[in-house]
Amino acid sequence: MTAVTTARPALRHRLAERGIDRTLLLLVPGLLVIACLFLYPFLYGLQLSFAPRRGGVFANYARFFGDPYLRDTVWTTLGIALPATFINVLASIPIAYVLRGRVRGKRLLTAILVVPITLGTVLTAQGLIMYGGPAGWLNKVLTVLGITDQPLPLIHNYTGVLLSLVITGFPFSFLLTLSYLSGIDPSLEKAAATLGANGVQRFRRITLPLLAPGLAITFCLSFVMAFSVFPSAQLVGDPANETRVISIAAYHAAFEEYDYSMGSAVAMLMAVVMLIVIGLVMAWRATLYRGATGGKG
Amino acid sequence: MTGWVARPGRWVVWAVVAFFFVNLAGVVLSVVVDSFGTQWFGTWLPDGFTTHWYADAWREFGLSDVLLTTAVVALVVIAVSVAVGVPAAYALARRSFPGKRLVMLLFVLPILIPPITYGIPLATVLYKVHLAGTTTGVILANLVPSVPFVVLTMTPFIEQIDPKIEAAARMSGARTASVFTRILGPLLLPGILAASILVLVRTVGMFELTFLTAGPDSTTLVVALYNSVFAAGIRANQSVDAMATIYTASMLLLLLVALRFVNPTQLVTRIREET
Repeated sequence: MTAVTTARPALRHRLAERGIDRTLLLLVPGLLVIACLFLYPFLYGLQLSFAPRRGGVFANYARFFGDPYLRDTVWTTLGIALPATFINVLASIPIAYVLRGRVRGKRLLTAILVVPITLGTVLTAQGLIMYGGPAGWLNKVLTVLGITDQPLPLIHNYTGVLLSLVITGFPFSFLLTLSYLSGIDPSLEKAAATLGANGVQRFRRITLPLLAPGLAITFCLSFVMAFSVFPSAQLVGDPANETRVISIAAYHAAFEEYDYSMGSAVAMLMAVVMLIVIGLVMAWRATLYRGATGGKG
Repeated sequence: MTGWVARPGRWVVWAVVAFFFVNLAGVVLSVVVDSFGTQWFGTWLPDGFTTHWYADAWREFGLSDVLLTTAVVALVVIAVSVAVGVPAAYALARRSFPGKRLVMLLFVLPILIPPITYGIPLATVLYKVHLAGTTTGVILANLVPSVPFVVLTMTPFIEQIDPKIEAAARMSGARTASVFTRILGPLLLPGILAASILVLVRTVGMFELTFLTAGPDSTTLVVALYNSVFAAGIRANQSVDAMATIYTASMLLLLLVALRFVNPTQLVTRIREET
């Protein structure tokens, strides 16, 4: 009994010195939720993907890579998600750069830029179909102005999905870029200006290197959003051919053919592709300067 | 003013922003105008205007039930993710311990992986335990991104609070429970409110997870909306538009409330606004 009482405080102290004490119990509920609802289903899905309805352990994966209709969904998805992400991130840099300072109507402009977040895929899709459709306002204006003589094919194809991803994705990457940019101390640029650097030099040599790590994060998060293009690919795209993205293939396998094993296999492949892209971006980010950005307070 | 002449780049930026806004307005107005229109075939505006599509949408889609489900799901998700996420954020903000990076990774992963990727295995598991298609299943699925979201937004918020305040309370004899309710609670309230509203916006707008796990009686507004478009031909386009307008108006309301509490540009790096 005495041995226990003398040994326990000592152990508790030793653990506390390494940062382990009862406060860590506060992590338990959160970790439990993630373990039960995220890790377990994921591992279950992984295991399920190796237990196909027919054939050996790797039959699902062999089928996926053997069938061009399935295999090509990876390239289709990347072909939509990567350009959309690049457009959103690259366009948000100059706009955030201009809006960063004290501009009149900044709050209003930021608020209007946030509005598309609330639109939702369905309103965006319905709107694109009507506005960009053959009889829509856009094509009417273009015809009246004599810019085109026949309606532009903007919907039910690749362009429609890309436009939809830009409309819903741009506000998000703009907000992130703006907040990373606001974290960079403007006095650094002023110092560079004192040394005779012009606007372009200041941007390329001071702001961009400090912004780059934040841009990498913005890119990753925007890519995650664009990568699961499921609803817009269905609604404004051409889901049987040109915009048959990998999430459609996964949904189709799991909930239309009721082949959960195949559906899980496709979901696992989605995760792999996703993590490869994020891994590449983060590896690039690791080579960047990540010291203080001189944030104001 | 000389700065404006000297920087043509600014004009290009403003022109691009204006172009984006004009087309965005076109997209949104097309839907709103159509939702109030009687018939619209190839002309600039519909033949006449009416509000009966809204009444139709409300009746046909059983919107009162759908809105009730949406509200229940969103409120329970907020309550659970705050109750679970804030303590975890506290532990992460105050302690450094072996394996902390692993714990952080566990909380980041659900946000870094698209919902449909883990949604499919999760729905499969929920089918196995007979929770798929129920409101409980929808709530469980929506917790997956919400709990990490609360943890990740609250951690920097808690780091900003001086630990000396808690130490002082403890010196005065306060127990952990009262430190939480009397000291940290009031200080964290603005942050918790902000996180809750953002979780609300995310949950109401979360299509994939709800779509994969909802049954006929547990559909939320986004999914009901998607189903109504996908079953096109059965419903009039105008009543789908009316519903989309209702959805966007409610999301906009939520977001405007959220913007009163959080400055969206300070989500990642917290800086003091110059006055």
